[in-house]
Amino acid sequence: MSRMSVQGLSAFYGQSQALRDFSLELAGGEVLCLLGRNGAGKTTALKAIMGTVRPAAGRLMLDGRDLTGLPPQEIPRAGIGYVPQGRRLFTELTVWENLEIGLMTRKTDLSALDHALELFPVLRDRMHQRSGTLSGGEQTMLAMARAMCLRPSVMMLDEPTEGLMPSAIAGIRDAVMRLRDEGVAILLVEQRVDAVLPVADRVAFMDHGEIKAEFPIAEVRADPELLHQYVGIAARPARAEPL
Amino acid sequence: MDLAPYLLLAGLEGLVQASVLMLTALGLSLVFGVMRVVNVAHGEFFMAGALIAWACGAYIPGPPALGFIAGLLVAPLAVGALAWAADRTILQKIGYNPEGTIVSTIGMLYILQQGALLTFGPDARAVDAPFYYTIRTPWFGYSSYKLFTVAVAFALVAALWLLMRKSKVGLLMRATQFDRETALNFGIPVGKVYSAVFAIGAMMAAVAGVLVVPNQQAHYLMGTDPLLLSFVVVIVGGLGSIPGTIAAAVLIGLSDGLLSVFFSPTLAKIVSTLLVALVLIFKPEGLFTVKGRRA
Repeated sequence: MSRMSVQGLSAFYGQSQALRDFSLELAGGEVLCLLGRNGAGKTTALKAIMGTVRPAAGRLMLDGRDLTGLPPQEIPRAGIGYVPQGRRLFTELTVWENLEIGLMTRKTDLSALDHALELFPVLRDRMHQRSGTLSGGEQTMLAMARAMCLRPSVMMLDEPTEGLMPSAIAGIRDAVMRLRDEGVAILLVEQRVDAVLPVADRVAFMDHGEIKAEFPIAEVRADPELLHQYVGIAARPARAEPL
Repeated sequence: MDLAPYLLLAGLEGLVQASVLMLTALGLSLVFGVMRVVNVAHGEFFMAGALIAWACGAYIPGPPALGFIAGLLVAPLAVGALAWAADRTILQKIGYNPEGTIVSTIGMLYILQQGALLTFGPDARAVDAPFYYTIRTPWFGYSSYKLFTVAVAFALVAALWLLMRKSKVGLLMRATQFDRETALNFGIPVGKVYSAVFAIGAMMAAVAGVLVVPNQQAHYLMGTDPLLLSFVVVIVGGLGSIPGTIAAAVLIGLSDGLLSVFFSPTLAKIVSTLLVALVLIFKPEGLFTVKGRRA
């Protein structure tokens, strides 16, 4: 059964249509990767789901509940966790304060925090450090941990590996796989095709604000020409540290 | 000539002015810091606080202290409620558009000013201090009420600091101040936070108005000077910076007191205006703002 269902979402920036008839179904324990060139509308799609870009049309369902038209602050409370592009931490606040905001969102108990810290133990020693002083990898871990404090049933990650060292990417990969194994539905936006192929179950290709095609990961792996056709790049062999 | 008594008197007067200014400017700074709204009507919240304090003193029977205490409670609540309503019905409706908020707060300024004129008339109204006790120094006697004003102002600033730093509400305000969109992504009700901040900012101005009326009469045009001085303080201290606002208020209040006693009040205003010009040219982010930080 579909955990999150998005149907016919469209959104505009002024007169310019940034998202057209965007639809997807995401099941629990599944990783769907959105691929596309810069400006294809991937981030806009996530923002439209979160409601911070107001959709002009479309429908959003989560676990059978209709979230369409809810104010943006209600979307995370319903159970959608979001790790935005560039992490968007509250860099003036401490690590603990960032996590506390996550906990306050759905009034989750401290076990959600324990779970997040189990995945990212390095954060335990940084609790009273200003989050802006963390390394890039630690900031991404904090952004994920903050979203995990919501106990989300769907987690959306927008380019979580951007600018990270391979060692940090490994930690993020493990966390994504662990969440998936726990039944969380994951919508992953990435530019690095080689980084996502090992963890994705399905791949959707976006261009000009719409999903052009969707394939099971096995099909993409078997036919690298698909990547060339939809993203304009030649598939490279997976790196030593894929996501 | 022995300078010590003059320095002490000027320092005390400066401190009293600084404390009232600090309260008023902090309200303005808080609103700008969190909401990015330049509230041109802020001085009128100060004026409203002063007039409500007068009304409490005039209509509540009993000793002046009773009316004053009532004013200290009623004025911030009434003005805070007014500001909350203004935020919900005006600022929120225009989406906190920067140009729109300036125009609409100018509108609020005139509405409040003319409303005060219609309700209270054009006369300046004196308010009795809640207590009269003169502190004797070897050179002069000084009003204990004025020192009470300083104590209350610093206590309120400490309370605001605790609210912002130690409470969950303060955490939500700081998160909203830092990144509105991410705040929404984490379920923070940004609209409610904005209304609360606008009300708290107005309440601080109202308390400053209540504290000032035993020293300065209340009238419908009294909001202009505190507004202009508050702008001076928040520009010098750094827009949205609470520590910067406190430091700048003390700096400007003390320099104003010293220059007014030793030279003239006009020179004091010239110097503070010059300071603003120099800050805008050489350090537009404010004297006390650490680069790259917003609070």
